[in-house]
Amino acid sequence: MSKFTLKAAFISLMMLAIFLGAWQLATQPKESAVQAGADSEYAQLMGTGQQKTGFPTPGMVGKSFVEYLSDPFYDKGPNDKGIGIQIAYSLGRVALGFLLATLIALPVGFMIGMSPLLYRAFDPFIQVLKPISPLAWMPLALYSLKDSDISGIFVIFICSIWPMLINTAFGVASVRRDWINVARTLEVNPLRKAMLVILPAAAPTILTGMRISMGIAWLVIVAAEMLVGGTGIGYFVWNEWNNLALPNVIFAVAMIGIVGMFLDLLFGWLQKLVTYRE
Amino acid sequence: MSTHFLSVENLKKVYPSANGKANAPVFEDINFHIDKGEFVCIIGHSGCGKTTILNVLAGLEEASAGNAFMDSREVSGPSLDRGVVFQSHALMPWMSVLGNVAFAVKSKWPDWPKDKINAHASKYLEMVGLGHAIHKKPAELSGGMKQRVGIARAFAIQPKMLLLDEPFGALDALTRGTIQDELLKIVQATHQTVFMITHDVDEAILLADKIMLMSNGPHAKIAEIVEVTMPRDRTRAGIHHDPQYYKIRNHLVDFLVNRSKTYAGADAEMFHDPKNPPLVRPGLDSEPAQVVALPAGKPAPQLKQVVNQ
Ligand SMILES: Nc1ncnc2c1ncn2[C@@H]1O[C@H](COP(=O)(O)OP(=O)(O)OP(=O)(O)O)[C@@H](O)[C@H]1O
Ligand SMILES: [Mg+2]
Repeated sequence: MSKFTLKAAFISLMMLAIFLGAWQLATQPKESAVQAGADSEYAQLMGTGQQKTGFPTPGMVGKSFVEYLSDPFYDKGPNDKGIGIQIAYSLGRVALGFLLATLIALPVGFMIGMSPLLYRAFDPFIQVLKPISPLAWMPLALYSLKDSDISGIFVIFICSIWPMLINTAFGVASVRRDWINVARTLEVNPLRKAMLVILPAAAPTILTGMRISMGIAWLVIVAAEMLVGGTGIGYFVWNEWNNLALPNVIFAVAMIGIVGMFLDLLFGWLQKLVTYRE
Repeated sequence: MSTHFLSVENLKKVYPSANGKANAPVFEDINFHIDKGEFVCIIGHSGCGKTTILNVLAGLEEASAGNAFMDSREVSGPSLDRGVVFQSHALMPWMSVLGNVAFAVKSKWPDWPKDKINAHASKYLEMVGLGHAIHKKPAELSGGMKQRVGIARAFAIQPKMLLLDEPFGALDALTRGTIQDELLKIVQATHQTVFMITHDVDEAILLADKIMLMSNGPHAKIAEIVEVTMPRDRTRAGIHHDPQYYKIRNHLVDFLVNRSKTYAGADAEMFHDPKNPPLVRPGLDSEPAQVVALPAGKPAPQLKQVVNQ
């Protein structure tokens, strides 16, 4: 590891320590109960007794971490599953919705990108549909699909399709004229041209779109699962909130961030794989 | 119809203008022919339409009027019979050097097994002196090496004709010289038919059998065709010792500097039959090369400004 990385890591750790210290100071049990109304009621409801400020201390959250991570895959009925299982449910929905979106966005994007006419024709629809919050589709999805699980997948599908579609079309449309001309002078057949020239040329742009889509999908799945309930990390957050188990909520929030980071790293790595230097 | 290998008849190109008004044609009345095994260069100022002509020959672009025939068949659309070396090398950066050439070879002979394709591609890469770099990516090569890969790619499909668009334009003089030597060797060995655009007068004299001179656009025409009458076994080192060399060179430079701008509307054009541009042999002139070959008794063309309507 270079000296630079070490320095950066040191500063990161310092910031984390300062943050945890400040948190500890701010949430330390105090004798003077100046805290008013709702906060202290919450504290009592949470049944922890000693807690006076209402907000969990780092220690309590740490306990949640240890507790849940030491046995991530237990399953004690519908309302009590390990964090690993919940995350797996969320990832499964994201993967399915994302895969469906890819299956449609790539070919359609290819088609639009190849034809300036279709590009124009599709554009108004894309422009109108793109800014709609995916959750706004939820009632329609629930009504017509009649299944909360499938509705969740549909919402992921609808939110991840636009960045992929737009980037694929753009990437395909802006493949260097020279490369296309090389393929033309070599009389390369359309399928081979698409797979060996246009796809690799547009791949970095396409993967950028997929990375954005995946980011959005992971944001949306939490909200979607809060709405439809049942399983998943979003439902877990909501459930723990209903139990007023704030340390667990904080733990889940941290897990959402960490999983999201790994998803992004994965796509960053894929992106690197297809990027070419000119 | 002519019996030449490639013949171009009354070619004209008008690009549509942005505001919908009719543009002046970039060039018109372009007529020339190339025989099998001939090396023809075309020289003209920037923007006169050389690349456009080459693209029409390649089948990448359509002419507004006129036709091009190769092997007695009309050129319509690109074909594996015509290998193109692009001005900007146009290598695919995600493929290795070998991959780029093999892609072309596989396009020509789809049924060949992989070994045969790679062996064939390697052979042509070795021919341009890149045997050691076949597994590199284009980004890892110098400009001259990239251009050589482009040349190997075009040669590897063994086209009936090669079209080169300023293949050495971006190279420094030293590298250019080396690759010119290589191209010269290959062409002398294979008797390849070549049409090449260049800005470099010396390059044209070294390589070409005929040099076509284009006047400036719009309304560009082929002003004359210069035959390089020096023996074919030229070398870059020896060419300067040939007394013809300076005559030809002076003639070309004189055209580019003095005559190409004022060609349209000048007296020279009045006697010009675009269907049959004059063929000149300045190398064989006993006179100094500055004098233009004009019909007897006519005054020499004056340098007057062209007014385009
Ligand atoms: N796609 C296009 N649309 C409109 N005009 C064009 C287009 N391509 C070329 N032209 C015009 O046609 C003329 C000839 O272009 P061309 O590229 O053939 O020139 P050239 O002789 O190859 O020049 P250079 O030596 O600089 O490469 C130029 O004036 C250019 O502006
Ligand atoms: Mg050009």
